[in-house]
Amino acid sequence: MSDALNMHYIVDGSDFTTAGEASTAVKMKLKKLGIAPDIVRKVAIAMYEAEINMVIHAGGGVADVSLESDKITIRLIDHGKGIPDVELAMREGYSTAPDAVRSLGFGAGMGLPNIKKYSDEMYIDTEVGKGTTVTLIINLQ
Amino acid sequence: MKISQICQILDADTLCCKELADTQVYSACGSDMMSDVLAFVKDHGILLTGLVNPQTVRTAVMMDMKGIVFVRGKKPDAAVISLAEESGIVLLTTDYRMYTACGLLYTAGLYTDGSDKV
Repeated sequence: MSDALNMHYIVDGSDFTTAGEASTAVKMKLKKLGIAPDIVRKVAIAMYEAEINMVIHAGGGVADVSLESDKITIRLIDHGKGIPDVELAMREGYSTAPDAVRSLGFGAGMGLPNIKKYSDEMYIDTEVGKGTTVTLIINLQ
Repeated sequence: MKISQICQILDADTLCCKELADTQVYSACGSDMMSDVLAFVKDHGILLTGLVNPQTVRTAVMMDMKGIVFVRGKKPDAAVISLAEESGIVLLTTDYRMYTACGLLYTAGLYTDGSDKV
């Protein structure tokens, strides 16, 4: 595989019920391309949690996925309120999600820790009032 | 254990993907917190939950699960059933509460050998 395969998705922030559509599409695509099941699962879970976060906290955004010979890079970009304290946000159990989201099965402060757990590398670039870019790398080897 | 046996043990109704009733599952988990399912579940075949939103189906898809049992008589709407159909996820609904439903399946032999601690 010499060139990267790129996928681009718009994540609708207005409807929680559609959250996860981009991750599902990526999972199906990677499966079809014959990527190893354990890698596909890591990508799917990490991206799904990040996509859910984007809908809950930032009103949606875009997701770009790039498949190269040695890694998969997922970049999620939003123009939401940003994360004031990334270290605190990374703590298991810490959450600023509203109760309505908790009643839907998310928002218990496991999102970012889960994303980190299933990624080989994770970078968060955030500015309060401007937005957040989360970059995830999953190695293929 | 086949999904058809789970259906029988829980006196459940099948909401979709009846044709997959012969699918084998080797373990299960019960949770209403999808992030916990994503964080801690390993190779579990079926999810028991009281939530009926589309994220239960998406979580099951991400985890390569085979089916979902909605407890306490819960039934999802047509859009969720349609999403499960597209995804090949069997949906069951039982009147048993979560604790009882999990207990019935566990005592019938649906559990992972060895420690199931996180």
